[in-house]
Amino acid sequence: MNTTTLLINFAYVISAGLFIFGLKMLSSPATARQGNLLSALGMLLAIVVTLFYSGLDYKWIVVGVVIGTVVGLVAAYRVQMTSMPEMVALFNGFGGIASLLLAWSEYHQHPELSVFIALVTFLSAFIGGITFSGSMVAFGKLAEKIPSKAIIFSGQHIVNGAILLAALVSGVVFAMNPASSYAIFLVIVVVALLFGVTSVIPIGGADMPVVISLLNSYSGIAACAAGFVISNNILIVAGALVGASGIILTKIMCKAMNRSLANVLFSGFGATTQAAGSGEQEGEIRAASAEDVYYILEAADSVAFVPGYGLAVAQAQHVTQELGELLEENGTEVSYAIHPVAGRMPGHMNVLLAEANVSYDQLVEMDEINPRMDTVDVCVVIGANDVVNPAALKDESSPIYGMPIIETHRAKTVIVLKRSMNPGFAGIQNALFFYPNTRMYFGDAKASIQALVGEFKSD
Amino acid sequence: MEPVFLTFVFVLAIFLGFELISKVPSTLHTPLMSGSNAISGITLIGSLASVKAGNATVAIILGTLAVAFATINVVGGYAVTNRMLEMFKKKDDGGAK
Repeated sequence: MNTTTLLINFAYVISAGLFIFGLKMLSSPATARQGNLLSALGMLLAIVVTLFYSGLDYKWIVVGVVIGTVVGLVAAYRVQMTSMPEMVALFNGFGGIASLLLAWSEYHQHPELSVFIALVTFLSAFIGGITFSGSMVAFGKLAEKIPSKAIIFSGQHIVNGAILLAALVSGVVFAMNPASSYAIFLVIVVVALLFGVTSVIPIGGADMPVVISLLNSYSGIAACAAGFVISNNILIVAGALVGASGIILTKIMCKAMNRSLANVLFSGFGATTQAAGSGEQEGEIRAASAEDVYYILEAADSVAFVPGYGLAVAQAQHVTQELGELLEENGTEVSYAIHPVAGRMPGHMNVLLAEANVSYDQLVEMDEINPRMDTVDVCVVIGANDVVNPAALKDESSPIYGMPIIETHRAKTVIVLKRSMNPGFAGIQNALFFYPNTRMYFGDAKASIQALVGEFKSD
Repeated sequence: MEPVFLTFVFVLAIFLGFELISKVPSTLHTPLMSGSNAISGITLIGSLASVKAGNATVAIILGTLAVAFATINVVGGYAVTNRMLEMFKKKDDGGAK
């Protein structure tokens, strides 16, 4: 190892330290921003020192970096906060394809690989490929460019199993004799891309938080494998950190839906369970007008808003914040109760409300609000459905039975904002709508809240 | 020995990752995801080093594409995370109104 290489590798150690500190600072909203900047600084340092390796072809590096920077910045600053899940999916996919291309390029330059290096080259290309095509499908579903419902066909598991088996067999054949297996490598690339598509299409829209978390983890593992290919510690450390992060988020999301990862990945929820749990409900629907809702809110001492994906669709975060503000001026205690899987990615609702200037200490987690739900005067459910369905607690025949929910039905009054009586994503009728303390306030979420704001202002 | 050494680093980093990430509150899960996503663009380092002078055309194309995609991941990821985190404010430090 010559001096330059040694110095470069020492700089990588510093970068790794900055990544770790950056992630550590993400544990509080107060320090999170500096944490991210620290992590970005670590990345910049790693990039700059890498350019000191001798024999690089700067012309092409500049081309790649300029294109990437322009596209990345434009995308990052143009994207709406409500579209954040698809943006993350897209960036994630690009990270995956970069690992695939890197492995390919290394293999192309040095086809004589040891068995170990050949194996990690296979993993880097395979996982990178799945990450890319899987993320593209997730992006398409989230941006509603392709149907977000689970797409199921008969024999799907057999097809997926066969593809996976084919990939593993070609991986082994490739690792045995990499120098003469260029064609097999290309087969691996194609199979990986195919597998990404077939494994994500059967997963429905509401399960997207799990899928995005998992793909996030894959992209880290792919980077890690690429690190083994080129024997580079910084890729291994950073990739492992991301891999661990994705796995933890996946676990949290699964727990919040009371389902195993296998169930999310293989069951096609929402398509197969539609028939179940749509039984007759007891009780009746009580509709309320803007004026009724205004009087209820005006008299309340404490109000908890419970947002869901519908809030994002209706872009109602700003009016909701305005209403919250008016309620506070009226002496009401306002909080926002957020279910871990509300929205289409982990923490989706928190970002939207932060965008609308809601103070982060008003955002409360499910486990925090549930014990004191009995003391809440009014819960306002905005575009959330399954995450507040009491059937999850009581009805053993319900497909969502056992899933932890925000127990809004225990509040003194529940106001549910809803476009119509259509059941939610999972196709399950919501028992909450038929509770005696529930009032249904029909209409577009944004317009409905706007009307309430108007009532408060004209007062 | 090198594979063993690299695996050592890998295993320790995984444990460190679990420790660090489990302390992140759910409020910050989206920024965590996009921020860690930007970190996974670390492949850029490898991609840069693979674009060597005198490479065959195929390797140049593959390397340049890898650099471009990884740069989108890194730059876009950090920028969008920063944009999100900028919005997380508390009332008393001038958040609302």
